[in-house]
Amino acid sequence: MSGALKAMIVKEFWELLRDPKARITLVLPPLIQLLIFSFAVTLQVENVAIGVLDRSSGTASTELIQRIAGAETFDEVRRLGSAEELRRAIDRQEVLAALVIEQDFDSRIARDETATVGVVLDGRRSNAAQIVGGYLTRIAADTGLELRPASTPPPQNAIAINWFNPNLEYIWFNMPSLLVVIVSVSCLSVTAQTVAREREMGTFDQLMVSPLTVPQILIGKMVPPFFVGLFNGSVYLVVAPLVFGVPFTGSIPWFYVGLTIYLVSLVGLGMFVSALSTTQQQAFLGSFVATIPVILLSGFASPLENMPDWLRAITYINPARYFMEISIGQFLKAMPAADMLPLLWPLVVIGFVTIAVSGWLFRARME
Amino acid sequence: MPGDTPSPGSGAVACVRDLVKNFKGAEKPALDGVSLEIPTGRVTGLVGPDGAGKTTLIRILAGLMAPDKGSVSVLGGAPGKDMEHVGYMPQRFGLYEDLTVQQNLDLYADMRALPADEREATFSRLLEFTDLARFRDRLAGALSGGMKQKLGLACALVKTPRLLLLDEPGVGVDPISRRELWAMVQELITDGLGVLWSTAYLDEAEKCDSVYLLSEGELLFSGDPAELTCSVEDRVVRLTGFEKRRRKVLTQMLDREGVIDGTIQGRSVRLLLKTPDELKGESGFEIAPAQPRFEDGFIERLGGGPKGTSALAEAYRNIEAGDGPAIEAKGLTRRFGDFTAAHDVSFSVPYGSIFGLLGPNGAGKSTTFKMLCGLLTPTEGSGAVAGHDLRSSGGRARAALGYMAQKFSLYGELSVAQNLNFFAGAYGLEGRDARHAVERVTEIFELGDRLKATAGTLPLGFKQRLALAAAVLHEPPVLFLDEPTSGVDPVTRREFWMHINGLVEKGVAVLVTTHFMEEAEYCDAITLIYRSEQIASGTPDELKSQAADMADLDDPTMEDTFIAMIEASDAQRPQEDGRAESEAA
Repeated sequence: MSGALKAMIVKEFWELLRDPKARITLVLPPLIQLLIFSFAVTLQVENVAIGVLDRSSGTASTELIQRIAGAETFDEVRRLGSAEELRRAIDRQEVLAALVIEQDFDSRIARDETATVGVVLDGRRSNAAQIVGGYLTRIAADTGLELRPASTPPPQNAIAINWFNPNLEYIWFNMPSLLVVIVSVSCLSVTAQTVAREREMGTFDQLMVSPLTVPQILIGKMVPPFFVGLFNGSVYLVVAPLVFGVPFTGSIPWFYVGLTIYLVSLVGLGMFVSALSTTQQQAFLGSFVATIPVILLSGFASPLENMPDWLRAITYINPARYFMEISIGQFLKAMPAADMLPLLWPLVVIGFVTIAVSGWLFRARME
Repeated sequence: MPGDTPSPGSGAVACVRDLVKNFKGAEKPALDGVSLEIPTGRVTGLVGPDGAGKTTLIRILAGLMAPDKGSVSVLGGAPGKDMEHVGYMPQRFGLYEDLTVQQNLDLYADMRALPADEREATFSRLLEFTDLARFRDRLAGALSGGMKQKLGLACALVKTPRLLLLDEPGVGVDPISRRELWAMVQELITDGLGVLWSTAYLDEAEKCDSVYLLSEGELLFSGDPAELTCSVEDRVVRLTGFEKRRRKVLTQMLDREGVIDGTIQGRSVRLLLKTPDELKGESGFEIAPAQPRFEDGFIERLGGGPKGTSALAEAYRNIEAGDGPAIEAKGLTRRFGDFTAAHDVSFSVPYGSIFGLLGPNGAGKSTTFKMLCGLLTPTEGSGAVAGHDLRSSGGRARAALGYMAQKFSLYGELSVAQNLNFFAGAYGLEGRDARHAVERVTEIFELGDRLKATAGTLPLGFKQRLALAAAVLHEPPVLFLDEPTSGVDPVTRREFWMHINGLVEKGVAVLVTTHFMEEAEYCDAITLIYRSEQIASGTPDELKSQAADMADLDDPTMEDTFIAMIEASDAQRPQEDGRAESEAA
């Protein structure tokens, strides 16, 4: 490595560590997000209140209600007297769901006919409602099996087995995703500030009249954020299994290959934002504007499959999309190397393009 | 507030006694026992280099800040009470750049609760007074530096004040606009108005009716500026007719015990002596008395200028002059869209000389300067530094130059040592070479005690030294200086030029842009750029004699020369709308 490049990298590290503002962006967001995401964001449904409008009041319906009351998910079963009362309870969000047992429920079971139960779900909380709906179906099916052991098995007798995350522990999914989010946020925000800060402080011209070449300056500026990302990624790699019990089933070398290439493409994106901004304020807003879609379109908050086609097309240029798959795959699926390659080459292309463009912008913005 | 309210003398609109103000983390108090009185009917000058405490004092008078100790009385009461009769023009942030000239005036009129029926008359009076009537609908941000200051003044005057506080109205403004601003304020002076004019330009101080001279928070002098100037009368001389190079003569003279200070003025050397008879009976030069200046008195109060021999130059390598010139500009032209910022600029600078680029703000000197150091690519023409063409071998050209910008532009968050190490590395010095280079400048510039200090917190004089140290670490044959000493005190400026003069004697070529006419005097050759064109070139003495013929002046100063030439250039294009239009472009 040439002495000039080394001097540039050392200087960038010093600047990162000596600037109090930069130090805060280094430490605070990963910490806060670790706390918020790991404890506050939960995809499990617990402590739910459910309403029951029982018009049958027989043995079978009582049995069903007792089983629901016995399930861990539901901590309150509220008896409802009328359809009107049911409507009000859902409307005021006193209950998430309500079960409607018709008058002929018991008599149908007694006659060995198929009995149905109506469920009203609060669509305003669609995710939780869907999950509750699933629970209720299962409970109803189980109850039916036991009440009529002699009858033919119900048509839906499939037993769901969840691969890779047998108990559907949300934290198993959350931690590898969170790793991607933290790496992205910290790396992008640090990169975005570097050039803008020099412009604002007036040191940019000083740098440009030195014999340092544009590639040297760019590399010097990209190395510290790269290591910031690497550090944050490594912290999660250790904390997730040790503290949160998430299994790491893949290969650590392949994980780092993925992380390294992802960071290069990410730093390229941050550099692009930085070269575009003339003030630190712009760079801050710019990195905010870049971070949100990177995370939202990564498959973390909403599945890519649910997006409209045009939006899904956009996700192909989002580096986080690929690394999200790598991270989850390495943690939970013991992702083989052959599956890594189709995810790695797009990252290489994205990194190459963003770095080339920001190098060009870097010069062009001076003129 | 501690202490009694001071009772101002008759006719004084403001008065402070024994003010002390400390800022957290600073080495010295910003104000240390300063007393001052602003009488009506005259301009009171608040003079001193950057960091002297001028802005702090003005902010205390405006009621924006409370002193730690001492007492303040403004219009007979506490500061900030009677703001209706105080006009305040801050150094920055006084204008809303995204509003037009008219909107700015409206806003200030609203804030001052100017009755609606008086507005139109007031605005047209102020716009006429400041010559801004043509620019009513222009955004304040799009005005030139001089016009912004005029608008700032107009905004401070929407309601006729009894006390007018002007915080460095001349800063960043070319000499012509500075003269215009000064004339405007003179016109305002009436029996009912007291003006405080703060400035870092010592030549402005001479024009004030009375001055308070601040340096590092202390009051060095107060009274009639002529008094300070008179104290050095008979001891300021001009040497001419010597054989040797003028820089050599200056260096030798400054090394003598009996010489307090010295500068170069064209072909002659100007000296401040301890006693009038210091040089009596010596031969080899002619000696003539020179006009004493306020600055001479200031320098004497500060304990004299630095001695003549530059340790930096002593330790510097001898620059081997190559075949060609050190810096060459051939037909440099730069266009931004339709606008031509610099047109066909050509000059060449030999090794061992100083070349000055002069011109009003926005005239094209910065553009030319930036093209030559590789920050901008010329649209047409070519440039070379130390024989390396800027287009084909820009890297080598950049390696051959040292660069020092107008504003402190090193890494403020990094320590002194980290800054030096970085620049050593950036200029390709490695291992022992780098260590030696850093040790050398550390010793020369006496930075040893401060190596661990954060660069941004250094006192201004040390920042100046550090910036020069970083620029010369790799002993470049060419130095680019962009307004290197604006705002620094005269002793620091002398020290800086002592080093530069020494380096030039070693063969270094220097390109300097400046607003400071004194810096122009150090140049071997000057080119004056105005409206993107070179309007005059030559040695300082040649330009002065040209200006003397043009404007019929007797022994013009560099500033007179500058103004005469620009006015002559304007006179040649009478059909156009004055200079203000181009200045704003």
